[in-house]
Amino acid sequence: MVSKKIMLRFPKEVSDKPFASNLSRKYDLTFNIMSAQIFPRKEGHLIIELMGDDKNFEDGIEYLKENGVEIQFIEDSIIRDEEKCYHCGFCLPVCPTKALVIDDRKTMKVELHKENCIACGYCVKVCPVKAIELSEFA
Amino acid sequence: MSEFKVKKTIEEINEKIKNGEAVVVNAEEMIDIVERKGIIEAAKQVDVVTTGTFGTMCSSGAFINFGHTKPKIKAAKVWLNDVEAYGAVAAVDAYIGASSVKKNDPLNAVHPGRFEYGGGHVIEDLIAHKKIKLVAEGYGTDCYPSKHIETEITINDLKEATLLNPRNAYQNYSVAINTTDKTIYTYMGVLKPKISNATYSSAGQMSPLMNDPFYLTIGIGTRIFLAGADGYVIYHGTQHNPNEERNRRGVPKTGAGALAVIGDMKQMSDRYIKGASILGYGVSLSVGIGVPIPILNEEMAFFTSVKDEEIDAYIYDYGYDYPLKIDNNYGLTNYKDLRSGEIVVGGKKVPATPLSSYCMALEIAEVLKQRIMDKKFYLTKPTQPLPQSKDYKPLKYVKNYL
Repeated sequence: MVSKKIMLRFPKEVSDKPFASNLSRKYDLTFNIMSAQIFPRKEGHLIIELMGDDKNFEDGIEYLKENGVEIQFIEDSIIRDEEKCYHCGFCLPVCPTKALVIDDRKTMKVELHKENCIACGYCVKVCPVKAIELSEFA
Repeated sequence: MSEFKVKKTIEEINEKIKNGEAVVVNAEEMIDIVERKGIIEAAKQVDVVTTGTFGTMCSSGAFINFGHTKPKIKAAKVWLNDVEAYGAVAAVDAYIGASSVKKNDPLNAVHPGRFEYGGGHVIEDLIAHKKIKLVAEGYGTDCYPSKHIETEITINDLKEATLLNPRNAYQNYSVAINTTDKTIYTYMGVLKPKISNATYSSAGQMSPLMNDPFYLTIGIGTRIFLAGADGYVIYHGTQHNPNEERNRRGVPKTGAGALAVIGDMKQMSDRYIKGASILGYGVSLSVGIGVPIPILNEEMAFFTSVKDEEIDAYIYDYGYDYPLKIDNNYGLTNYKDLRSGEIVVGGKKVPATPLSSYCMALEIAEVLKQRIMDKKFYLTKPTQPLPQSKDYKPLKYVKNYL
C-alpha cells in the first residue's frame, strides 16, 4: 500500500479530461481531493491524496504523465530552513493536517512530517522567521 | 538572613568558578537534584543554576552611532534599510526599535498583513554582519551643514551598536484564547474562533524570573547572557509589577516582573537573536536571554527547583476582553498542561501551543553553564535590587510549601 499527496498540473489541452475518475476506475486507486482550481487560461491545479497498491500507484502516475499531466509530490515541495527555524511554535495552530507537530514534549521541538503536508501554505505566512518555503507553487 | 542553614556569597561562588570547582546545573537539572536531595543538601552541592528564554520581545531596540560623515550631519531622521530609526538624539546617534516597520509597508491594508521586514530584522542583519543601507536627513546647521547622506554600512563601521531593551524576559505571561466567531491575528499568534486553540509565551520552569520569583539575586548590574554576548540588567523592565497575585510557591500567575537589559551587539550571534514578522500584527525581535542564579542558601535552591506544574497562568480572551481592556479571565492553567499540548477552558479541551522556544531556552542555559565552567563568565552582585514584592519574607514560601 502506498499513500501520497500529489499536486497535479493540467495544461489547458487536457484540463477537460476525467483523470481522477480514471485513476479510480482503471487503476483501482482511491483519491481524496484537497484542493482544485481552474484558471482563466484553462490550465488546472489539483491537490489529491492518492492511495492504493504499489503497482497500481506506479501505473496510475505513469498514466497521468503520459497524458501530459505534471506531477509533483507535495512532500518534495515543502522545505524548512533548519538554521532559521527556532522551534517557537507559531506555525502549530494553523497547520490543518498535523504536518507540523511537537512529538517530543521534553525538548518541545517542532517536527515537520512532510508526508502529512497538503501545501496549504498557512505556515509559510505565519512563520515569524520565514523558515518555511513551498517551492514551485503558484 | 540568619535563619538560613546554608550560606554562600557571590564572592565565594566566583572563587569556586575561578578554581574550577563550581557546580553549575541548568534549571531543569535542578528540579531532579532538589527532588532527590532536598533543598538543604542541594544548596550545599549546587553553586549556580542557569536559566534561559528565547521568544519575541517587542520592547527591544538598538542604539547605534554611525560616526561622522564629511561634511558632518546632524541626523534628525534616520533610516536603516528603509526602516525608520529615532534620530532625535545627538548628531549621529539613533535608536532603531524592534517594531519599526519598513517605509511603504502595506501594514494591515490587506489583513492580515505580512510585515516582511522591520527594525527587528535590521538588528538581526547588523549582528549577522550584513550590509545595511543608511539614509539620514538633517536640516543643516553651522556645525553640521550636511542635509542628506546615503551610504552602506555593516556593524563594523559603527562606532557603537548597543542592544538596549526596555522590557524583556517577562516573568510569566498570559495564555491567549479567542472567544469571538472569527480568526484573529495577534502578537500571541493566530487564535481561532470559539476557543479552538490556546497559545502561551513563556519557557516556564526554564525562564529566568520564574527561578528567582522575588528578584533576590537578579538586580541592577546582574551580568547575563544576551543574544550570545555578555549583557547586563540595567533596570526593572517597563510595566514591572512585583505585586501581582502569586501562587503558594511565590510564582506570579501572570506577567509580573520584567528586566531592562543592555549588551554589545558586536559580540552577539544571530543564532540567539532573530527578526520576527508576526502575521497581522507587526515586526518584532526574538531575543535569547540567559540568567545565572547563585544558590546562596536553601531558599534559592527551593526557588530554582520550580517545576512546570507549579507555575500557574491565567487564560485571557484576546478576541474581546483584551482589546477592550475588560478585566476578565477564563481561569488558570499551568505549564505542565500547556506543554502537554492540551488544556481545559471552561470544561472544553483546547489544543495549546507555545510561542516561546523551550529547546532554545534550554540551549541558552547550557551555553551559559559551559561558559561559567570554562571560567569565562563570573557572577555579579546587584548594585541595586529591582522593585521588590511586599509579600516576601525570608523562608516564608519554603515553609508554606514544604
